[in-house]
Amino acid sequence: MLRNFRRLFASIFLLGITLLFLDFSGLLSHYLSWMAKAQFLPAVMSANLIVIVVLIVSTLILGRVYCSVICPLGIMQDVISHIGGRVKKNRFRFSKEKRILRLVVLGIFVVMIICGIGSAVALLAPYSAYGRIVTNIVQPAYIAINNLLADWAEANNSYAFYKVDLWLKSISALIVAIVTLLAIGFLAWKHGRTYCNTICPVGTVLGYVAKFSILKPIIDTSKCVNCGLCSKNCKASCINVKEHTIDYSRCVSCFNCLGKCNKHAISYQRISKTKVETINQEKRNFLSMLGIMATTAAASAQEKTVDGGLAPIVDKSIIKRDTPLVPAGSQSLRNFYQKCTGCQLCITKCPNGVLRPSSELTNLLQPVMSYERGFCRPECTECSQVCPAGAIRPITRVEKSSIKIGTAVWNKELCLPLTDGVECGNCSRKCPVGAIRMVPSDKDDEKSIAIPIVDSERCIGCGACENLCPVRPISAIHVEGIEVHRFN
Amino acid sequence: MDRRNFLKSIAMTSLAAVGCKENNGAGSPIVTNGNKKELGEMTYRTTPNTGDKVSLLGYGCMRWPTIQQNGKKVIDQEAVNRLVDYAIEHGVNYFDTSPAYCEGFSERATGIALKRHPRNKYLIATKLSNFSPDQWSREASIKMYHNSFKELQVDYIDYMLLHGIGMGGMNAYNGRYIDNGILDFLLKEREAGRIRNLGFSYHGDIEVFDLLLSQNDKYHWDFVQIQLNYVDWLHAKATNKRNTNAEYLYNELTKRNIPAVIMEPLLGGRLAQLVTFLQERLKQHRPDDSIASWAFRYAGSFPNVLTVLSGMTYMEHLQDNIATFSPLDPCTEEELALLEQTALDMLKFPSIPCTNCQYCMPCPYGINIPEIFAHYNKCINEDNMPTSSRDEKYVEARRAFLVGYDRRVPKLRQADHCIGCKQCLYHCPQRIDIPKQMERINNYIEDLKQNRI
Repeated sequence: MLRNFRRLFASIFLLGITLLFLDFSGLLSHYLSWMAKAQFLPAVMSANLIVIVVLIVSTLILGRVYCSVICPLGIMQDVISHIGGRVKKNRFRFSKEKRILRLVVLGIFVVMIICGIGSAVALLAPYSAYGRIVTNIVQPAYIAINNLLADWAEANNSYAFYKVDLWLKSISALIVAIVTLLAIGFLAWKHGRTYCNTICPVGTVLGYVAKFSILKPIIDTSKCVNCGLCSKNCKASCINVKEHTIDYSRCVSCFNCLGKCNKHAISYQRISKTKVETINQEKRNFLSMLGIMATTAAASAQEKTVDGGLAPIVDKSIIKRDTPLVPAGSQSLRNFYQKCTGCQLCITKCPNGVLRPSSELTNLLQPVMSYERGFCRPECTECSQVCPAGAIRPITRVEKSSIKIGTAVWNKELCLPLTDGVECGNCSRKCPVGAIRMVPSDKDDEKSIAIPIVDSERCIGCGACENLCPVRPISAIHVEGIEVHRFN
Repeated sequence: MDRRNFLKSIAMTSLAAVGCKENNGAGSPIVTNGNKKELGEMTYRTTPNTGDKVSLLGYGCMRWPTIQQNGKKVIDQEAVNRLVDYAIEHGVNYFDTSPAYCEGFSERATGIALKRHPRNKYLIATKLSNFSPDQWSREASIKMYHNSFKELQVDYIDYMLLHGIGMGGMNAYNGRYIDNGILDFLLKEREAGRIRNLGFSYHGDIEVFDLLLSQNDKYHWDFVQIQLNYVDWLHAKATNKRNTNAEYLYNELTKRNIPAVIMEPLLGGRLAQLVTFLQERLKQHRPDDSIASWAFRYAGSFPNVLTVLSGMTYMEHLQDNIATFSPLDPCTEEELALLEQTALDMLKFPSIPCTNCQYCMPCPYGINIPEIFAHYNKCINEDNMPTSSRDEKYVEARRAFLVGYDRRVPKLRQADHCIGCKQCLYHCPQRIDIPKQMERINNYIEDLKQNRI
């Protein structure tokens, strides 16, 4: 019964979050983005107190249900582990807690958050790991299927589906996603929740909270016959049959053991009072840990001759920017890279091909912007609406057009009027804020060919000029990021 | 179905197919628009100078069908052969091509298809298309002229045209034909019999047209090719104030007894795709006739017209046009008035008068100009042009417009990439202000994307 409830809610969450990541139309974000915001680490990063309190309180009542119902990476492991269990039954056994390892990993993790080493944080965070798997491995397949449907729709004169560009956003992010999937998948297949109970920092924190939960699975020694079925089916390897104890810091409240016990010797209930004293020490440990988490959260607050045909178009190459570009709503580079957990939800949502995982080592897996495929369109606020970690704060359309995220820089050596003597001015015409004006290239000759001048104060860094510049592969005008975003 | 019956049915089908083939030709029914129509004799007109009997339907070889081969669009020669065979079989004998058409491959494809027929069965028209200043030299122009013979596999050309005089004004005309002595060269070729009729096609600057006609006593033009249709007859200036009405052009030719060859009778297909209410009105008058047939009958109704060119890409267009001209049923006074009203109503819509002639292409910056215009016009005709977000079907129409745009034109070839270099301006025979229209369309698209209307 309890197990079925768990499976039902877990399915809903897994499906919802996966859909949230897969959907590129932006239609589902409105209904599903709360699922990303309900994730523990993003909530801590965005100092979302309500979510933190709800998650902590529910853990204090029910145990680590977060890990088995809300965390997509946890549910994914359960699914893999379940299939593994079909092949080989009764395959788990009790193992001792690797407490030192857990605490050291957690400690390093907290230090990294405080220091703002985003890429390392992104690598370990469970929800983000799942996001990357979907973004880099599953979404391409989803888009490919969509594009087939779009072909079909086009053939039937329907506008129900439209084609989306399928492109490799970052090779490093893809490799990380594949390695994560293989490693965690293998562990889940063989050993169940090993990752959650040794590495996962969220699992460690919630594990120590769960020790004090009101409801827990408890072994009734008068009924137990020491058959060990419960332990052999515990994916968290936390049931010690010999001593009739359960390590609640590792139990993820999956309720599998309840059904497995033929004697009904395990029940999910309030713990008896006699045990309370023994865990007082642990309570103190836990409180100090919570303190660390709280401080972390606060700290991170050619000439034509014939007719027809198409001129070939060279792809734009990716420009190396001295200061990276991050979306409007990020407030500053520092804020963005400190809070971003690298889940890449914003990347899957960007309809303009602007966001992609960074390849820089310091913020590997965290997103960065570039304009060779499209520019940051004035009407779009998708990334800011979905970001669960507060790295990109929600903004409105009106705000968007006045937030300065970068400045356009003109490259005289490449500009078409000067190199080819051709009238252009596309950057000026397409600038949504009118920050680029065309002036005569020779100040003494009113009729000389016009070149662009950028009003850097007015420029918001949207990249329309860079993207629409006819010069290829490197645009004659490009956008440099700024450290701190500001309202124009 | 058992095997015997199956074989029987195959035999019946093939018999039926053979039967159809034998029945084709004059005096037999032809299916157009799903309607059977009794075919009569093709209407012919006679050239005053050489006495050629020219079919009133002329085949424009600017829009041959293409297929994808190794990721490139190439002319579908088999389809061209089929179309040419069918056309000749049904009395079409005038084929109009140019070294510039179909990315330079039209002459060759036309030559291959025609070579399969006796030389006296068809009349070839081609042009000296030395538009680019690189080709203005005497040597380059003569080379282009000789190359036409080679590509078309002929030793004489029935109708030779100076191509698109008036485009680029007097300067281009002098550069292409006078300063290099090419016009004198062509006159000599006519004397020698390698050119049977010499004429010119005209777009653009009226000064050049007037000049050439004023020198008719000297050059004796055998024919002139002009753009004529029920919009351009009186409303050519709606596209560009400097354009000239077909009425003037036609009357100037008639005065001098020079036969007119008609191009763009259908405005690149635009007069076949009218907005719904205009289509309905024409259908009410002649329910069995296609919308395109009105435009062809209109052009054919002028007695001084030698032939009406149509760039027929598909067999059904060819069949429909053959039906229209076999024989021609000239427009009545009432029908002419209806077409004039149609033209006036058409001009109320903001569609762009592009005929998809591809003269502007390739755009050096990769823009697909004709496809952008075609999409825009299609949305106007299909009423998918939301003008206000309060429109009842705004959401659907917006989606149809934007999704359809991305489907039709790859992102990198869309209007927002037009830099306004104006290199296309000189090439457009309709004198559409292409950069300005691109900007207008892009502004509209931005309005839609940003929900600003």
